[in-house]
Amino acid sequence: MWRGVLLGTVIALGLAQPAAAVMAYVSNEKSNTVSVIDTDKWQVVKTIKVGQRPRGIAFTKDEKYVLVAVGDDDTIQMIDTKTQEVADTLPSGPDPELFVEDPGGKLLYVANENDNTVTVIDIEKRTQLGAVQVGVEPEGMEISPDGKILINTSETTNMAHFIDLASRKIVANVLVDSRPRFAAFKPDGSELWVSSEIGGTVSVIDPVRHAVKKKVTFAIPGLRAEAIQPVGISIAGDGKKGFIALGPANRVAVVDGATHDVIKYLLVGQRVWHMAFTPDEKYLLTTNGVSNDVSIIDVTALKVIKTIQVGELPWGVTIARH
Amino acid sequence: MEVAWGFRGGTTPRERSLIRTLLVAAALCLLAQDARAAETTDIKIGYLRQGGARTAISLLDIPTANDGVAGAKLAIDDNNTTGRFLNQRFTLQEIELKEEDDPAAAVGTLAEHGVSLVLADLPAVALIRAADAGRARGLLLFNVGAIDDRLREQDCRANVIHTAPTRSMLADGLAQYLVWKQWRKWLLVVGSHEADKLFAEALRRAAKRFGATIVQEKVFEDTGGARRTDSGLTQIQSQIPLFMQSAPEHDVVVAADESQVFATYLPYRTWLPRPVAGSAGLMPTSWDSSHDQWGANQLQNRFVALFHRRMTARDMQAWMAARMIGEAAAHQHAADATQTLDFLKSPAFALAAFKGQRLTLREWNLQLRQPILLSDGRVTVSASPQPGFLHQFSELDTLGVDRPETKCRLDASKG
Repeated sequence: MWRGVLLGTVIALGLAQPAAAVMAYVSNEKSNTVSVIDTDKWQVVKTIKVGQRPRGIAFTKDEKYVLVAVGDDDTIQMIDTKTQEVADTLPSGPDPELFVEDPGGKLLYVANENDNTVTVIDIEKRTQLGAVQVGVEPEGMEISPDGKILINTSETTNMAHFIDLASRKIVANVLVDSRPRFAAFKPDGSELWVSSEIGGTVSVIDPVRHAVKKKVTFAIPGLRAEAIQPVGISIAGDGKKGFIALGPANRVAVVDGATHDVIKYLLVGQRVWHMAFTPDEKYLLTTNGVSNDVSIIDVTALKVIKTIQVGELPWGVTIARH
Repeated sequence: MEVAWGFRGGTTPRERSLIRTLLVAAALCLLAQDARAAETTDIKIGYLRQGGARTAISLLDIPTANDGVAGAKLAIDDNNTTGRFLNQRFTLQEIELKEEDDPAAAVGTLAEHGVSLVLADLPAVALIRAADAGRARGLLLFNVGAIDDRLREQDCRANVIHTAPTRSMLADGLAQYLVWKQWRKWLLVVGSHEADKLFAEALRRAAKRFGATIVQEKVFEDTGGARRTDSGLTQIQSQIPLFMQSAPEHDVVVAADESQVFATYLPYRTWLPRPVAGSAGLMPTSWDSSHDQWGANQLQNRFVALFHRRMTARDMQAWMAARMIGEAAAHQHAADATQTLDFLKSPAFALAAFKGQRLTLREWNLQLRQPILLSDGRVTVSASPQPGFLHQFSELDTLGVDRPETKCRLDASKG
């Protein structure tokens, strides 16, 4: 009898809090899947079949969906976080790679690499609202914490474009080093960090003056300079530390938010691409493309504590409690 | 000498003539605009090339009339997209030389039109003549076609940057892969033309450097005659195996046939069942129309959208040269030869060219460092340098003639 009661309690608890765990969704570029990792157990609990070449991935603000850009299908798929299945699609325009949602959760801005545009999508209505012409091969997308400015980086033009969201006009262009991949604001909006994959630097931009005020450089003993290719950037909520994924250097650089000096290099898997914090910022997950795994970094200890196998060529990661 | 002006030239004389007319009109409009937007900087790029039919065994390998210059035009478009934000405008002025035309005169024509940056797709002798004529006029040339090592060695010039790889870079890129595969015993088959012999020399040097053995060399004499005949296959099917018979044991057949007389016939026709590499089979190249890694897909898509054909190595070499000019203009506001060269030689320069790492200049001979792709004509099989081939400065310098061996003395050169 007690066993029955216990079992009943377990089931009841399970039903009452079916989605209380913090889940990480990882896009696997080659497998055409998304791996779902339970961050309490550090285990892959589900693998979701998605469209072709999934790369950019992010929770919607309301956390009802995980959006994943499937570039070779020219669309963005919406994974329902309750059923963990693809429920709908968004008209992203051709070859979407990275995108960003406005703070209100209504609009999505998508970089279309093939036609030098940023497409604006109404998420609720699933329709395109317009487009902004930017530089050659738009890639990185970010919105300022005040929600007023959209940043887009263009890989062959080598610029960060500042787009005023009210007018959808470019208000400034800041030149950075070769092949800018990713842009991230400090949470207080005081700095914009832009990684240059081929240039091998991270430009720290003053968003008021629209000028590069500092360049973060990297040097790893025994590693040739060409192998250091900064891509993903994750800045902690207090702005005190920034984490830079260095691609084929197989390391994440920990950068001091005030001095912009590199504090430490953490060895992770091969070709580390993008990262995401758990909501409590205790852990940072990195996608390691060539080794087909995800590294878990303990943010306080600055140590890699675990590696989880996912699909082939993991590319992006997004995390939320749901 | 045919002079075509503009952003995007046509391919037939009629198209070119029409485009010239349109461009004169456009130029007038631009002049009018200039009066309003006086701050726009014009960066004029010249393109010198020598016409003449280039033939090949496979129809797929016969170059189109705009081979090379199409890459330059795409880069001009890319530069202009950036230029829109920086008030810079790039234009291309194209001169096509006949074999008997003097390249020095063409260089003079370009200089008179205010061009100081010139992409040159010329044979070695013509390139040297153009460079020396350009030196007096303060011109900077970009060699986008000639792969001759001597242009970067004893005949190097201080006003010539090379985006085309050298034969030795191509041979080393291939050799590193064959050695990595443990295909160390090579049967080398060499054509009878000068270019074939130069490529064979580079392959011999590569074999020695990376530990391969050439078990035998055969020469395939070009006895003339058409590459394409209606009943050719029947003969070739029996001729090639006989030619390849009685060679010592080998892992791979390496062909040096830049003239494209026989190498394309080797795969599937060898005496022993062996893979073919070099001028057919697995081919080293700066670019392949199937290359899609490291974001290359985006460039390939832009190219096809504009020209309705695939992008070749020569297109890529011209694209890189025009993009280097664009980089100098964007980062240094360089608009002339001196400013451009200064920027490209500085540590600030790094070119992103879809090859997985930054490309920089060898300051001792102005050769662009670059990975060498290995293509089977369908996909990129690999990219060299291969893992394990180390270098104290840059692994890209394991490809081609390195600084300690160079015969180039830029300060003493005529450049």
